[in-house]
Amino acid sequence: MMTPLFSSKLLIVLIFGTLFGLILGVLPGLGPTTGGALILPFTMTLDPLSAIVLLTSIYCAGTYGGAITAVLINTPGTPAAAATCLDGYPLAQKGEAGRALGMATVSSTVGGIFSVIVLVFFAPVLAQLAYEFGQPEYFALAIFGLTMLASIGEGSPIKNLIAGAFGILISTIGKDFMTSIDRFTYGINELSVGIGFIPVVVGLFAISEMLTQSTLLDQVFKRVALKAVKLPSLDDYKKTWKTILRSSGIGSFIGVLPAEGGTVASLIGYSEAKRFSKEPEEFGKGSIEGIAGAEAANNAATGGAMVPTLALGIPGSATTAVILTGLIIHGVRPGPDLFREQPDFLYGIFGAMLIANVLFFIFGFFGAKLFARITLVPNKILWPMIFAVSVCGTYSLSQSIIDVWIMLFFGVLGFFMRRFGFSVVPVIIGLILGELVEGTLRQSLVIFDGNWLMFLTRPIALTFFILSLIALAFPLLRSKKQKK
Amino acid sequence: MNNVRNKKRANKSLPFFFKDEFKVFFVIIFVSTILLITTFTFDKVPPILNRGIQPATFPKGLLVLIMFLTAVIYYLSFKNPWKKEKKLPKPFFLTILSFILFIIISKTLDFFLAISVLSIFVSYNWGEKRIFYLLLVGILFPLVVFIFFEMILGLRFPPGIITNLYYY
Repeated sequence: MMTPLFSSKLLIVLIFGTLFGLILGVLPGLGPTTGGALILPFTMTLDPLSAIVLLTSIYCAGTYGGAITAVLINTPGTPAAAATCLDGYPLAQKGEAGRALGMATVSSTVGGIFSVIVLVFFAPVLAQLAYEFGQPEYFALAIFGLTMLASIGEGSPIKNLIAGAFGILISTIGKDFMTSIDRFTYGINELSVGIGFIPVVVGLFAISEMLTQSTLLDQVFKRVALKAVKLPSLDDYKKTWKTILRSSGIGSFIGVLPAEGGTVASLIGYSEAKRFSKEPEEFGKGSIEGIAGAEAANNAATGGAMVPTLALGIPGSATTAVILTGLIIHGVRPGPDLFREQPDFLYGIFGAMLIANVLFFIFGFFGAKLFARITLVPNKILWPMIFAVSVCGTYSLSQSIIDVWIMLFFGVLGFFMRRFGFSVVPVIIGLILGELVEGTLRQSLVIFDGNWLMFLTRPIALTFFILSLIALAFPLLRSKKQKK
Repeated sequence: MNNVRNKKRANKSLPFFFKDEFKVFFVIIFVSTILLITTFTFDKVPPILNRGIQPATFPKGLLVLIMFLTAVIYYLSFKNPWKKEKKLPKPFFLTILSFILFIIISKTLDFFLAISVLSIFVSYNWGEKRIFYLLLVGILFPLVVFIFFEMILGLRFPPGIITNLYYY
């Protein structure tokens, strides 16, 4: 099954993707989502498997890379590493940076490999189930995905819902795909084909981050010296193995749900590690269990998030939305048919994720010190360079200058959204699910002869609607419980 | 904690139209209203060709949902005011200005020149004063990116005063 991975070309792609992912993960503000979006145009020169292997290895390594800066400069390289700062940095301040990074590396690798196993077994089952889905079921599933994203994603659920609805609204710009009627084009020809995914992603992530960095120029990082990464001791393993396994399970489960994948997973993994710990008072002061709990969970979310992406074509996180775009650009349609018709392609992806987890262990273990030095590149040099790549990358896909302007517009919009507490991830997921939501709704209404109540006669669709209501009520119940 | 409380208090003392909550509410409602009005100008499909609902119905529903949810967050902000954000510093506005310059230069003069001007402008205003590094980010790096995209992806950049020198 893993024969394609033995080709030297794919191994080079894997090694490059892992190294690039680590660099992206280490640099605060960048990350696998932005990096994946920036590299997407380059993947056009590759065959579909190499392209997706490149994107998935960036995803796996980028998620781990965030831990290096979290431990050494108390700044998460990626949002998913935020919980790692809580104990990683205090432990590093005690002169044990090598031990902290060693535990982060081991738990990330275990979490990542665990999630690939979940992916291998669970994705085909989910794909099999998807054969039962018709248009109404897909509509209900997409609604469930968006409500889950709103309720368990970061920040205010209502703001997340607004952002998700805004993302779907963007997907309606251009010619209506069922009737070819222009919507929101205002006579601009370029808009009649709709707004591309890449200008929006690069704008919302890279350009808005550039603007955020322009407000943080006086920020000074306190770096902790690192001699070498140390493998955890036997005592550390005894203390953390249960935490690592628990967090791997939590991360894989959270990953499957459409949410902000690793970020939410690491926070839950961390808080559960604290709840089950015999020394909860040590958390926040350099607890090795805290690092293990957060890191195993965020890397476990990578494989989990790939489950709905490959089985249903519904992204489990912002980065998997980029991977989904990569699949579509290369003419691969995710869903049950992919599992039946192209098993070699899928097992190539599974194998690549597995190897990427082993590779980032090796690179992280031996090269963390070197990767940490990348953060020494000053923002005043780094961000103009990222801008040049963003502009050329965005331009390259459709060779349209309008796309570059759209990217800048979404960059400014993304900055203000984040400033006022609106997450940009639901916009991305909404944009990618928009056509599915509208298309399946309209086709369902054709089937139901315009009778909306007929949705309730379909058991699977009804189940998803009930789950959506529960997802919406969950934050309300949680805040009431917290008040009590 | 005290800091957050002080910030919240500072925000409470402002007239309502200066508060972030109102500004966000106003902008979203204003833009949504304009878009909602636009949806009434969409062509209608004759019933025989119509599949399910009219093309305008779905965006209309989304806009109404956005407006309703915006009203809810504004109402909730009376109970829990948002924390007041820090004033935006000068480099932020200069970066926005560089975006405007980029659009003007890329439209009127040259795409490559626009990237170079923005890179040097941003780098300089973010504190880089050394000529070598300004040339590195403003000329050398964009040139490498330009040639890379041109050769590897076979991309043809839009014509302009500098790009034409390369192509002809």
